[in-house]
Amino acid sequence: MSYLDYQVAQVPVGWRKFLYLNWPLVILLAAVSSVGFLMLYSVAGGDADTWAKPQMYRFAVGMVAMIALAFVPIWFWRGISVFAYVGCLLLLVAVEMFGHVGMGAQRWIDLGPIKLQPSELMKIALVLLLAAYYDWLGTRRVSRPLWVLVPVLLILLPTFLVLTQPDLGTAILLVAGGGIVMFAAGVSLWYFGAVIMLVVALVGTVMESRGTDWQLLKDYQFRRIDTFLDPSSDPLGAGYNITQAQIALGSGGWSGRGYMQGTQSRLNFLPEKQTDFIFTVLAEEFGFVGAFSLLMLYLLILGFCLYSALTNRDRFASLMTIGIAGAFFLYFSVNMGMVMGLMPVVGVPLPLVSYGGTAMMILLMAFGMIQSAHVHRPR
Amino acid sequence: MKRSPQDIQASSRLVTRRGLMLGGIQLGVIGGLGMRLRSMQLDHADEYRMLSDGNSIKIRLLPPARGLIHDRHGALIAGNEQNYRVTLTREEAGGDVAQVLRRLSRLIPLSEQRIDELMEEFSKRSAVTPIVLADRLSWEQFGSIAVNAPALPGVTPESGLSRVYPRAGDLAHVLGYVGPVSDYDLSKIEEPDPVLMLPEFQLGKVGVESKLEESLRGKAGARRVEVNSAGREMRELGRQEGQQGATVQLTIDAALQNYAAQRMGEESAAAVVMDVQTGELVAICSSPSFDPNKFVRGISSTDYKALMGHDHRPLADKTVQGVYPPGSTFKMVTLLAGLESGVINGGSRFYCPGHTEVGGRRFHCWRRGGHGMMDAVQSLEQSCDVYYYELSQRVGIDRIAAMARKLGVGVHHDLPMSAVAEGIAPDRAWKKARYDQDWQIGDSLNASIGQGYVLASPLQLAVMTARIASGKVIQPRLIRAIDGVPQVAPEFEDLDINPLNLRQARAGMDAVMNGSRGTASRSRILPDEWRMAGKTGTSQVRNITAAERARGVIRNDQLPWNRRDHALFVCYAPYEAPRYACSVVVEHGGGGSTAAAPIARDIMLFALAGGLPPLDAVPSGERAAMEERHNAMHLYTPTPPQPGRSRA
Repeated sequence: MSYLDYQVAQVPVGWRKFLYLNWPLVILLAAVSSVGFLMLYSVAGGDADTWAKPQMYRFAVGMVAMIALAFVPIWFWRGISVFAYVGCLLLLVAVEMFGHVGMGAQRWIDLGPIKLQPSELMKIALVLLLAAYYDWLGTRRVSRPLWVLVPVLLILLPTFLVLTQPDLGTAILLVAGGGIVMFAAGVSLWYFGAVIMLVVALVGTVMESRGTDWQLLKDYQFRRIDTFLDPSSDPLGAGYNITQAQIALGSGGWSGRGYMQGTQSRLNFLPEKQTDFIFTVLAEEFGFVGAFSLLMLYLLILGFCLYSALTNRDRFASLMTIGIAGAFFLYFSVNMGMVMGLMPVVGVPLPLVSYGGTAMMILLMAFGMIQSAHVHRPR
Repeated sequence: MKRSPQDIQASSRLVTRRGLMLGGIQLGVIGGLGMRLRSMQLDHADEYRMLSDGNSIKIRLLPPARGLIHDRHGALIAGNEQNYRVTLTREEAGGDVAQVLRRLSRLIPLSEQRIDELMEEFSKRSAVTPIVLADRLSWEQFGSIAVNAPALPGVTPESGLSRVYPRAGDLAHVLGYVGPVSDYDLSKIEEPDPVLMLPEFQLGKVGVESKLEESLRGKAGARRVEVNSAGREMRELGRQEGQQGATVQLTIDAALQNYAAQRMGEESAAAVVMDVQTGELVAICSSPSFDPNKFVRGISSTDYKALMGHDHRPLADKTVQGVYPPGSTFKMVTLLAGLESGVINGGSRFYCPGHTEVGGRRFHCWRRGGHGMMDAVQSLEQSCDVYYYELSQRVGIDRIAAMARKLGVGVHHDLPMSAVAEGIAPDRAWKKARYDQDWQIGDSLNASIGQGYVLASPLQLAVMTARIASGKVIQPRLIRAIDGVPQVAPEFEDLDINPLNLRQARAGMDAVMNGSRGTASRSRILPDEWRMAGKTGTSQVRNITAAERARGVIRNDQLPWNRRDHALFVCYAPYEAPRYACSVVVEHGGGGSTAAAPIARDIMLFALAGGLPPLDAVPSGERAAMEERHNAMHLYTPTPPQPGRSRA
């Protein structure tokens, strides 16, 4: 509706939209993904068929999907945001009931060729809905308690469902992703301060609850916290992974050991080296130069997204762009923080680099929406 | 709703402010990550590089203890024993390896030649690789090395587990044996368990050990150790104990198996005893046997050549792999096929003049003078061949073959043993497919008395007998429980055979043992509660020419061993309430009634009595020989485990 306010006539139409894509962003995404292909080829021991080729194939499909989504007018995405959210919520309930149990958690719905992970979709759907909500709400009411409560509930509902899977990592990402949109929309900083105080209190209570009848976390989650605080407390389990990951990362030095020469990854010291720990392989083989370059590529992606968001006069478009870019930021910073021992081990992949089917596809589709916002920005 | 330009501007300003704040926070986090990267990769790179190159953390697998195998009463039939050995690491020996070896040779036997071999090996291998000096040491030798450790730098006494079969040859064919993992073994496994790569790891090679490998292997444990740049262990960081393999309980009764093995002695023979109700194989024994422990320890080439060259083929499992013409033990099949098809009934009679003539060929009865008029029961009792020649011409081979398969002959029985043979229940289609020839009437005559193309394993003959005795489709079973979980016997269905006809066959088998003219009446069991029914069989392995027949058939004991007839016997008991079915095949043993029946009777008596058969259960003429045999036997008596030597 609000797009009637802008000069829609100046929005490019048809194939001309192609020229108005955010091309630097496209190139950056391709560059980061290429780093992924290189590393996947390396961790498979110089074999493309294991991980690199399937990943390339998914990247190609994802790129096409991204551009297709970019051609869809941004007001369409706002229009369906409520349905997307409700749909994802239903899928989350479905996964609760019929989901495939893997690694002690129910996360997948098996649809034959595709394994659907509704919590991944939910991260995007939540951002869309919150952006649409604040677009509708305008600026004057954002900080009124009642109007703050609504988005909080919208965030907590899927978070609760994800927590029961149980998937602590995704739950935290959902809360943080939603919080970023609320922050960008201009909700008063007092609220954020209060929430941070609350979280601190909550963490204190949770740690207090350990070993009592009302223990709030699963034992394995407590162990992860232990390992984070002191990796040597569990040298056989997760602490071993972290220790090895850090050895791999640190031993890379300035320029690394050379492509396909990383001893830690070659000798299978690294766990899940093609998924969550792939950054350590990069850091070992290409050293500080390689690892820092990837970090800079991520920074540039964030920068282009933020620039696109801030120059876009449409409130929905800019909030959505900030939200998706924020989720992207959370992904890579949590993953890197984890392998560098700054954060507990939560199963979060390195976006666009880690091997993983749906995660990459969904991420590229989300960037398709950012592109759509860019193409259809009011001029 | 129209949006005012002021509103849009206010929103835009707010988003810009917050967006920049957010960007600042994100930049800060990324800066933090970059700093951490810098600290790890630039400032502390040397430390990490050292950890990576030098003090690496390695995983050492702890092999799991292999699962035990028990007999049906819980007696251990496959276990693990401590294998004590000593290794020497050159780097730790302080330079003078020869000196250390010389000192060691005073504690354990180490010949000069062996020392020379070891010295050469040391010169080839890396200084940090431990080399096995001697294994299978006695506890005393092991202890003396441990005590003298200070004088023996670099020498490490180690202990590991090795498979041991306390019953030696008794169960060799059932259990099989384990051996070191070969490249060929690995090539057959898609994703080999890393524990298989351990040099001393043992893998099931044949028999139950091989078929139940997955259950028996267990799960490897692991030690995480820090090793220095030379590869030497510095300290253990953590330890996860392995999980022992599942304990497997077989249906075999080790005492009965032992008796059966002793009873068959040096004969080339096989015996199968089966529970008629549950299908459990209580004994399944092939003779002569071999000591599987020799294979575990690495068999010497002379021993191996002796086993391979033996004409009684000790390595072959005759119970399930061996197939034989069943001879007259097959007559129940032909008889039941005749009764079931309605061609004859129990009262039908055929006249036996001693031979019958078909298609210009003369087929002889084993009794030259003939049996006269025969009915069904008499034909089994006296094993009249002509009766079956006549019957087979009326029934036709296809119905006989179908009956054979119904009773378990010529079909595969699923047992966790190696190379279980299918046997042959021949019919027209089979001959066409196998030889591209039409079935001849003479083939039917031969098949009707279990000769010609018919082949059955002792296992199949036992199954056949169990099915006739119980009237149910009994399937043989070997596994009683895995890891304490009983493998429940299925509810066996009734055979698709008229019970009245089965009763005819049983009455015939009873008459074989207990009738006045029964072919095996000398081997009958006297006590009525153990009354046994059976059937003898003698199958030719050579053709008897017309010329020889005219001169008089050469008697078995005048033929070379490998040209003599196979002796067979099948039986079940007690007659009224069958518990066990048994089959015995004595290769080239001569007559079924003289060579096989007494063995089967003794084994059945042992099973029924639950121990050495009482002498008064057999006819008085048999008792002296039986007592003599029992005195000559060395039956297994379990020795209590010695303290300290059992399991550490």
